[in-house]
Amino acid sequence: MALEATLRGIRLVGDKTLRIVERVGATAVFLGLTVMHSATSFRRFDLVIREIFYAGVQSLIIILVSGLFVGMVLGLQGHETLQNYGSEQSVGVLVALSLVRELGPVVAALLFASRAGSAITAEIGLMKATEQLSAMEMMAINPIARVVAPRFWGGVISMPLLAMLFSAMGIIGGYLVAVVLIGVDDGAFWSQMQAAVDFRHDIVNGIIKSLVFGIAVCAIATFEGFEAPPTAEGVSGATTRTVVSSSLAILALDLVLTAFMLKGWN
Amino acid sequence: MTNLVEISNLNFGYGSRLVLKGINLTVPKGSLVAIMGLSGCGKTTLLRLIGGQLQARDGSVTVAGHHLNDMNQDELYALRRRLGMLFQFGALFTDLSVYDNVAFQMREHTRLPESVIRDLTLMKLNAVGLRGVQSLMPSEMSGGMARRVALARATALDPELILYDEPFAGLDPISLGVIGQLIRRLNDALGATSVLVTHDVQESLKIVDYVYFVSEGVIVAQGTPDQIRASTLPFVHQFIWGEADGPMPFHYPSRTMSDDLGLKEV
Repeated sequence: MALEATLRGIRLVGDKTLRIVERVGATAVFLGLTVMHSATSFRRFDLVIREIFYAGVQSLIIILVSGLFVGMVLGLQGHETLQNYGSEQSVGVLVALSLVRELGPVVAALLFASRAGSAITAEIGLMKATEQLSAMEMMAINPIARVVAPRFWGGVISMPLLAMLFSAMGIIGGYLVAVVLIGVDDGAFWSQMQAAVDFRHDIVNGIIKSLVFGIAVCAIATFEGFEAPPTAEGVSGATTRTVVSSSLAILALDLVLTAFMLKGWN
Repeated sequence: MTNLVEISNLNFGYGSRLVLKGINLTVPKGSLVAIMGLSGCGKTTLLRLIGGQLQARDGSVTVAGHHLNDMNQDELYALRRRLGMLFQFGALFTDLSVYDNVAFQMREHTRLPESVIRDLTLMKLNAVGLRGVQSLMPSEMSGGMARRVALARATALDPELILYDEPFAGLDPISLGVIGQLIRRLNDALGATSVLVTHDVQESLKIVDYVYFVSEGVIVAQGTPDQIRASTLPFVHQFIWGEADGPMPFHYPSRTMSDDLGLKEV
């Protein structure tokens, strides 16, 4: 009896693992198909610009406000900790490095997945449920080229820009708290930040991270929408999966990328 | 008269379940042919096989002289440019206005200047009596109007073959009559050939040239509307006159009532 239950447990874990691996593989294949069918998006860039508006511009408020608050909290926490060591003048460095290396790309990507990723999945899923994708196919228009690829590239282009804006707003938030509110020296705040933040190793690495996160989120969002069962439950399940899978993917990729970036790529 | 669509010995199924069995069907050029049957009898599947959205398991589907089974995606897309399809609930693109929906295929498939596209689009909308709603969004129209706009879109590139999937579903009697007349008029005016999948007997028999009856995946009867009206076949009689019981029983096959209610014979 106990052996049977153990075997059933192992089978269940194996089955779940296989499904996850299969899903990751299918998403990767779908990403490949999207890239293959991207010629239309670049030939008619207005299609991508429209998606940059929906995924990027319409995410601005949540990104800017969140960035400001995160920066303010970093300013408060950083000052509190650093003053124990008499280094409160370095709070600008702490805020800037935390944001451009980690929090900017990661938190902006998590917010992007919740705001834009879920919207992309729901839109494509509903287009499928209402036969709009079938109609497109019957008009001899490939839905991956016309619907998926512009949304994918619109999101991928928006993501690094949003992450940079998040970091910039965070630094302003940190400045407001540390300098304006607490009274850290203005010159020390900016000059130490300027000296400590390296363009190649900090800012460019942050941009690379946000670009990778953008690719992951948009691939998952478009795949989940395209493969969603054409029912209300199907679309709502796909939207949830987008947010959950994207968040896990962002955090896992962040670990891998950070390890490579700290140790060097070779 | 040559046939635009020829289906011979067609079998199609999902897994081990056969949905269509040994279908033989022809659609002569210029004619309007209806495929009728109960919901779930396989008639929409048949339409999707003609449109190349599904592939026959056995037998052949030939459209305009092309065997769909032997075609790759590019060839299929080239053929679909000569087809138009009206979906059950219109499947209008909800993010585009009425005008942009009708102009969609012209913009995607032709290099016509915008001024010519405008004239053609307005003519197509005029043909369905809806030139005045060109700036509305699909969500701002009634079901009947949306179906007429979808009809204008389906005929945008003057297709040789027009496929209609349940064009009368959910319409009020006036809209139903309007759509029926438009289907006949457009077929004749464009010199097109049409295949209509429906279970609306009275409206269809007024406009079509020939009828195929499908029941449980098999063609059980065929003929002109007059032959169908005069048919003494029990299934056709039940279907035409809408009788609740007959060869198609009122009750879905199940266990006996006393078994389900747990009653014992005394």
